[in-house]
Amino acid sequence: MLVQFLFYAFAAVLLGSAFGVITSRNPVHSALYLVLAFFTSAGLWLLIEAEFLAIVLVLVYVGAVMVLFLFVVMMLDINAEEVRKGFTRYAWLGWLTVLAVAFEIVGVVVVRRMGVDVTRVPVPVAADHSNTADLGAVLYTRYVYPFELAAVLLLVAIVAAIVLTMRKRKGLKLQDINAQVATQARDRVRIIKMAAERRE
Amino acid sequence: MITLEHMLVLSGLLFALSVAGIFINRKNVILLLMCIELLLLSANFNFVAFSRYLGNIDGQVFVFFILTVAAAESAIGLAILVVLFRQRRSIDVEDMASLKG
Repeated sequence: MLVQFLFYAFAAVLLGSAFGVITSRNPVHSALYLVLAFFTSAGLWLLIEAEFLAIVLVLVYVGAVMVLFLFVVMMLDINAEEVRKGFTRYAWLGWLTVLAVAFEIVGVVVVRRMGVDVTRVPVPVAADHSNTADLGAVLYTRYVYPFELAAVLLLVAIVAAIVLTMRKRKGLKLQDINAQVATQARDRVRIIKMAAERRE
Repeated sequence: MITLEHMLVLSGLLFALSVAGIFINRKNVILLLMCIELLLLSANFNFVAFSRYLGNIDGQVFVFFILTVAAAESAIGLAILVVLFRQRRSIDVEDMASLKG
């Protein structure tokens, strides 16, 4: 009973914050609503005993991706009123789409069920059972190549993001290591021969 | 208890809301990126729910990979957005029509 109450509470907060993301006028508010949505999703995943992914969701999304979003939103100095003067002229089409998609998905799940018993409840796991160990046992054996590919993908993302945003400013004082190493004594010191002079 | 039906309906509603967000926020690219994150989150909901309720751990591995790809996507997307803002001083989608001729 408590679990069911928690589910409905979290679901209400999740849908409310998703609504806030798509309707709020200020991008900073949208980003903060999205953080709330990720936190409540992590709570829901904890409820159905997917503990590792819930923690990863909080660490990766709230800790990294959303901080990046907030950083960019605040760095770009967008005139919020200018950007969000209202919804586009396609807004009615958007609300029509949300109704159609929601009706279809919920209809398929509730009415048709597609051969899956949707009323089942998960097999409860023992209190000392480790979801992380389960995932690790599969991730580092059967899925080891996709795992490596994911690492390569992240590397590509790092390089791409840096290359895209890097720019050379004029007048920037940089250290040119090659030039420094290749310097020889005659570039620095000039030895000239001259007759001795008498101090006045 | 929470049944599979609860989770699927919740993720369907979340998906519908984020699709609506993509339709109605056609002025701000950052909002579009956030809606894509919400969309991926609702897909992840389905993966986690089916993985738990059918007793198969592979779905959660897929969520792991989707999180990786989503992080890479948002990093590159925001980098492109920063470059775009430097060039055009605007992130309005309707300003990006220079290829129309």
